[in-house]
Amino acid sequence: MKKILLKVCLNVFASEYSVSPRKTPVSEALLFNQINALLGKMQYSYFIICACLLSVLSHAHAEFSGQVGAELRAFPRDAQYSDQFNNLQGSIYFEPEWRHYIGEHLQTVVIPYLRLDGRDSERTHADLREGYALYRVNEWEFLLGVNREFWGVTESRHLINIINQVDSVDNIDEEDFLGQLMFNASAQYDIGRFDVYLMPHFRERTFAGDKGRLRAGLPVDISAARYQHDDEQWHNDWALRYSHYLGDWDVGVSLFTGTSREPRLIPAESGRQLIPYYDQIEQLGLELQYTQDAWLWKFEGLVRAGQGHTFLASVAGFEYIFYQVFNSGADIGLLLEHLYDGRDTTQAPVTLFNNDLFVGLRYSLNDMQDTLFLAGIMSDLENESGSLRVEAERRIGNSLKVEIETQLFINASNDAITTPFKQDNFFTLRLSQYF
Amino acid sequence: MESAVVKFGSSKYFIILCICINTVLTLFISQALADEMVDKGYQLSQRSDQSDRGFISSISELKMVLRNATGAESTRVLKISTLEIPDENFGDKSLVLFSSPRDINGTALLSHAKILDPDDQWLYLPALKRVKRISSANKSGPFVGSEFAFEDFTANELNKYTYRWLRTEACGEMTCDVIERFPQYENSGYTRQIAWVDQSVYQIRQLDFYDRKDSLLKTLLFKDYRLYDEAYWRSHHLYMKNHQTEKSTDLLYSDYQFNTGLNEKDFVKGMLKRIR
Repeated sequence: MKKILLKVCLNVFASEYSVSPRKTPVSEALLFNQINALLGKMQYSYFIICACLLSVLSHAHAEFSGQVGAELRAFPRDAQYSDQFNNLQGSIYFEPEWRHYIGEHLQTVVIPYLRLDGRDSERTHADLREGYALYRVNEWEFLLGVNREFWGVTESRHLINIINQVDSVDNIDEEDFLGQLMFNASAQYDIGRFDVYLMPHFRERTFAGDKGRLRAGLPVDISAARYQHDDEQWHNDWALRYSHYLGDWDVGVSLFTGTSREPRLIPAESGRQLIPYYDQIEQLGLELQYTQDAWLWKFEGLVRAGQGHTFLASVAGFEYIFYQVFNSGADIGLLLEHLYDGRDTTQAPVTLFNNDLFVGLRYSLNDMQDTLFLAGIMSDLENESGSLRVEAERRIGNSLKVEIETQLFINASNDAITTPFKQDNFFTLRLSQYF
Repeated sequence: MESAVVKFGSSKYFIILCICINTVLTLFISQALADEMVDKGYQLSQRSDQSDRGFISSISELKMVLRNATGAESTRVLKISTLEIPDENFGDKSLVLFSSPRDINGTALLSHAKILDPDDQWLYLPALKRVKRISSANKSGPFVGSEFAFEDFTANELNKYTYRWLRTEACGEMTCDVIERFPQYENSGYTRQIAWVDQSVYQIRQLDFYDRKDSLLKTLLFKDYRLYDEAYWRSHHLYMKNHQTEKSTDLLYSDYQFNTGLNEKDFVKGMLKRIR
C-alpha cells in the first residue's frame, strides 16, 4: 500500500518537478528518498484522521479545489555556515482541498499539504492543514479534527495568534501554520461569538535543516525536543475566545493555557546543535480595532506567564488608506505599528520584537489582475538592526498567480538573533496554479 | 404738483411692486414647481423601491465579465446572499462569496449597509483564514477590478438620495420617468445620477453616473427583467459602460431564490469563516 502510494506520488511529483526552474536534474532515487523520509515525518494520527474523513465522504455533495506551485529562492550571498547551500533553492508544493456537505448540518473539510525542496531536506515536509468534521445546529457549532484558526488584527506581527504552530520552514514571515488537532465548540449569540478549544496534541515548530538557509547559528535538532510537562506532545491545551463588534469597534479577548508554541532553543550537550524546549504557559490576549473613515487603528496585547517573569507584549498602530490615487482605481495604504515585548531575556524564547517600529506600504492597483505591492521595514529602535521585505503579486490569465518576495536583513550583526541571517538576503519567485 | 409727485411716485412704486410681486410669484411658483418635481421624483423612486421589497432574503449566483478597452476579458463568479431589513432607516445586509478566479476562491465580503453613515464591512481572506474589518470609505473605488464601484452595489437604498423628477420620455418600447438623484451619503464618487424608471412595472432601466466634475462617467443598463413569486422583479443582465475609459462590465445573474430561511445570525462577522 505504502509502495503504491509512493509510486503514485513519485509520478505526480516527478512531472511537477520538471517545471521547477532549478537547473540541476533531480534523480528519481533522490525524490524517492525524500518522499520516504517525508512519510516517516508525517504525523500518523493526522494521517489516520485524513483517511477516516475521506472514507466517510463517498456519498456527499463535494467541492474540490486547491493549488500547486513552484518556487525558486535565490540567495545572492555565500552562506555564513559551511554546511549551508549556496545560490538557488528550488521547491514545489501541492495543497488540494476537499469540502463535503452532508445534509443540512454536517460538513467535512480535508486539506493536505506537501512541499518538496531540492536543497533542504527539512523543508521537504507534508502536513494535514485541515481535516475536520463540522456540525452546525442553530447558534452552535462543533468541530472535531485538524483545523487552522487565526486571531488578531495587526499586520507586522501576529502576536496573540496562538492556536496553530508556525510552519517556519515554509516561509519565515510566520503566516504559514501547521494543522492543529482540536475539539472546538462555538456559540454565536447577538452579544458575540464564544469559542472553546481543547487541543489534545501538540505540533512542534518546523525549522530549516543543517544545510538550509535562514536558520539559527546552530542547526535545530527537532527530534530531541523537550517539554516542561510530562505529557509532552499529548498535553491537553485549552483556549477560550470571545469576539464581537460594536459600531466602529471590533474586539476579541482570548485565554490560552498549555504548551507554548514558541520553543526556547537550548544548546545541546554536544554544543553542535540546538534543542527546542516547550514551556507550559498561560496567556491572556486582547485585540482591538477602531475603524473610522480611511483610518484603521489597531491594537494587540498579551500577558503571558510561564516563561521566566510574567510579561506584557503589544503591537499598536494604524493603517491609513488613500483611495483612488493618481486618478486611478488604485489605493495606497500606509501602515505604522510599534512592537513591544517585555519578556524575560534568559528564560523565555528570544524575540526580535522587543522594541521595534514597523513602517509599511500597500499599493493595490484594483485592476483585473489584482496586482498588489507590499513593502515593509521593521527596525529595532535599540540596536538599529532590521529588515526590509517587499512583495508583489499579480494574476496571469484566470488562475495562475505570480509572486515575487524579497527580504533584506539590515545591520543583522547588531542583534544576536539576526546575526545568523546576515548572509541570507533572498529573492523568491513563485508561480501558483489554482484549481 | 403734489398729486403728480404722488401719482408719479405711486406709478413708480406700482411698477416696483409689480416687479416684486412678479419675482416673488415666479420664485414661489418655480419653488412650488421645484418642490413638486422633488416630491414626484421621491414618490416615483419610492414606488420603484417598494416594488422590490418584501422578499425577506435572497440568494443568487452572479457572473461578472470584466472587459478592458482592447476587449480582453476576465471573469469572476460569486454568490450573493441578501437579508432585507424592512425598516427604511437601516440598510440591507449582504454577503458576497467568491469562487472564481480560483486564487480568490473562498474570499468573502460581509456588508451591513447604513443609510447615511458609512457601512460596516468585513473581509474574509481564506489563505490566512483571517477576518478583517475594512474601511468602507472607499465607496467610489472599483469592486474587484470591475467598472462597478462599491457604492453601486450597496447604495440602492431609497433614503441614500434626494430626488428630482425631470421628464417623461420613451425608453425602448416603454415610457419612462426620468429622475435625477443626488447621493446624500459621504464619499460618493458621483455628483448625481439620472435614472430611467419605466411606468408599467416601475423598474430602473438605465442609470447614468456623473463624476465629481459633473461629467458623464458611466452608463448602466438593466436588461432581462424577470418576475419572481409574482412580486419581485430582478434584472438578470446589468451592463456597465465607462465612457471615460471605454472599459465595461457585465453582471449576469442566475438562480435567484427568495425567502431562503437566512436570518440575522447568518450575517454576522463570526460566520464569515464558516460560510463555505
